[in-house]
Amino acid sequence: MSSIKIRASMTGDSAEVKCLMNHPMETGLRKDAKTGQLVPAHFIKSVVATVGGNTVLDAQWGGGISRNPYLAFKVKGAKKGDKVVVSWEDNQGAKETSEATIG
Amino acid sequence: MNHQRRQVLKGAGAAGAVGVAMAAGLLRPTAVYAAPWNQAGFEARSLADVLKSINGAGAAESGQITVKAPDIAENGAVVPVEVISAIPGTESIAIVGEKNNLPLIAQFDLMNGAEGFVSTRIKLGSTSNVRAVVKAGGKMYTAAKEVKVTIGGCGG
Repeated sequence: MSSIKIRASMTGDSAEVKCLMNHPMETGLRKDAKTGQLVPAHFIKSVVATVGGNTVLDAQWGGGISRNPYLAFKVKGAKKGDKVVVSWEDNQGAKETSEATIG
Repeated sequence: MNHQRRQVLKGAGAAGAVGVAMAAGLLRPTAVYAAPWNQAGFEARSLADVLKSINGAGAAESGQITVKAPDIAENGAVVPVEVISAIPGTESIAIVGEKNNLPLIAQFDLMNGAEGFVSTRIKLGSTSNVRAVVKAGGKMYTAAKEVKVTIGGCGG
């Protein structure tokens, strides 16, 4: 399936990590325009990011995040060459993980 | 059919109670990795319940939190939001769309050098305050910015 796109680069003494994920992010409240039926909820519930093996961000999401989510965060003390791992899990149990190196 | 709907709602309420217990730390697993999902908060329809679920009800307004978002969003389905907290020891940032059907949008726990900064894109159903609730040094702080929405992004 989809994978997470990660771009991580140093700005001063901190790293900025930008991620793009592929996901429909359905709230469960939207009606299908054709059938009039509610589209079942399908959204990323949790996102965890590690830098150099340490968890730096542990996020909980609802359906209020836009589809194909974008997320950026900054980490002080990270170094060029550190490995960044970002993973998500959705409300239907699907999981996705990607990694990148801080450039 | 209506009766069935009631029962479903009741079931959701019961599940919510478990979420509250979790939030209170009663059922919290010991691992820091992947905090339990705040079900009570994410399923709450009222702003008051959402703020209660993230411990933000008595949060102090803070000028050290910046909520960056457009003044006017043409498309409520994609509203870029950036929250910057200059409060030392920022541990978590929650983002709330005050008038959304489900107001709690996200909660970010930050650790191991992560700065008080998150940037993402959210949905807003209508013109609304985007509120950030920040936990720093065990205390709660908050700030908000109004975004005018021309086309809502939360429904059909």
